[in-house]
Amino acid sequence: MRRLLIGLTFAVFIVLLIIPLGRIFIGAFEDGAGGFLKGLMRPEALHALMMTGLVVLVVTLLNTLFGIMMALYLVRAGWLSERIKGLLNSIVDLPYAVSPVIGGLMIVLMLGPNSIMGAFFEGIGFNVVYAFPGMVIATLFVTFPLMVREVMPVLQELGSQQEEAASTLGAYGWRTFWSVTWPSIRWAVVYGLVLTVARSLGEFGAVLVVSGNIMNKTQTATTLVYQDVENFNVAAANGVALVLVTFSVGLLLMMEWAKKRKEVH
Amino acid sequence: MNTVLRHKGWTWGFRSTVLLYFIVLIVLPIIGVYVNSFSEGWSNFVQSIMDPIAWKAVLLTIRLAVIATLINVVLGTMIAWVLTRYRFVGRSFLNSLVDLPFALPTAVGGLMIMLLLGPVSAIGKLAESMGFEIVFHQPAIVIAMTFVTFPFVIRAVQPLLEEIDPSEEEASYTMGASKARTFMQVILPSMAPGMISGGMLAFSRGLAEFGAVVLVAGNIPGRTLTASVFIYGEIESDNPTGAAAVSVLLLTLSFLILWLINLVQMRGRRR
Repeated sequence: MRRLLIGLTFAVFIVLLIIPLGRIFIGAFEDGAGGFLKGLMRPEALHALMMTGLVVLVVTLLNTLFGIMMALYLVRAGWLSERIKGLLNSIVDLPYAVSPVIGGLMIVLMLGPNSIMGAFFEGIGFNVVYAFPGMVIATLFVTFPLMVREVMPVLQELGSQQEEAASTLGAYGWRTFWSVTWPSIRWAVVYGLVLTVARSLGEFGAVLVVSGNIMNKTQTATTLVYQDVENFNVAAANGVALVLVTFSVGLLLMMEWAKKRKEVH
Repeated sequence: MNTVLRHKGWTWGFRSTVLLYFIVLIVLPIIGVYVNSFSEGWSNFVQSIMDPIAWKAVLLTIRLAVIATLINVVLGTMIAWVLTRYRFVGRSFLNSLVDLPFALPTAVGGLMIMLLLGPVSAIGKLAESMGFEIVFHQPAIVIAMTFVTFPFVIRAVQPLLEEIDPSEEEASYTMGASKARTFMQVILPSMAPGMISGGMLAFSRGLAEFGAVVLVAGNIPGRTLTASVFIYGEIESDNPTGAAAVSVLLLTLSFLILWLINLVQMRGRRR
């Protein structure tokens, strides 16, 4: 029984994860290293990778900052009643339940050229949809719960005794946060950060809808892979896909590392 | 610096900024979709949903997501069991590999299936010669959904298995229960909340899946067009209200599942 189950587990992993992963590597180098570089060095591929990098950077910064604050408020805030906190707490999870395409649609409906706000922004010469800001907003929406959900349980487990002690000893808000709260939550923050980077790197549906997928303008790495496949240019897609896979595997290793550190504390 | 930051205005400024960010980013867009889908009246909404292409897409998505979820509940429970109960070479490697589908962009997941099972691949050709088509047909959608939702059940069952008190099992053996009986009456009930909540998470993620599915499904209305791909098509053909109507249907279903998951988890915690 034991042997059978272990064998089956290995079989599932090999068929479902390892072979597909290996296939991408082989696919990218099918025409040799030259073919791989040619696919990757296309101007639209470089531009797409740069766009992805920019989106990841902005989204991670904003959501880390606001995510930590939101988690702090949801666990600690005495100025919010328990009922409101409970309500907000359940709303945090909603983006998990929303299909990325619907997430994108929401932003098009709210800020698209036909909406009131969209028309206003267009009037002052600031395009949101089919431009960089819209892509950032879409990714922010999709990745918002990740940081909050990592930090909240740690704060809850920690309790507020130490922080209260610090305030009693005369430390003010910032001081308490940096010398008491931060050291205990930092590995949870690192873990949430890695998750946010991974999710925003791979975000596809929401960005596809909001960006309009315009080559050399709003195309990201994932939407370029999509376009290449749709154009039956699978060989070219492989190069960009391999870059994404490499990043994902790297992030996965970091996740493992952060998880171990988190458990120590 | 510190005295400036101690001012009450800063505190309130911070609090309202964070709450405003939250409301504008998460709450407003969701309300927006609901409002927009009814913006042209109730009858228009009903008409959008009664469009046979639309409801067939929703039903197809639900059916395929159920199949993918069942596969994942069975495989996931087995893998969680093997990874927590047995010690063998490569265990920790497999354990870290579980999260790969979370870390991998879904479009890349779709590309992988395409490369492995597509019409030009060895497996694709073999299946085709046997009169069995995978890519651009329903099996590919199930495979894509299974791949994307693979970690959910495993990650939900694992902590429960670790928590089981070994003395419960021992007591069961001491009282003369067979291995199978102990499994059915002691171990399975402790895993059940994880199987249910993990399965429901996988189901809602499968319903919502777009990236992997759009690449490998043929997107033929009524046969391989899933709900999220249908919504995308409506947006592309400049019919945001129709897209919003189907979105509302899908969203309400997902929210319901999310609420059920919370209920299951709460009951699990109370015990």
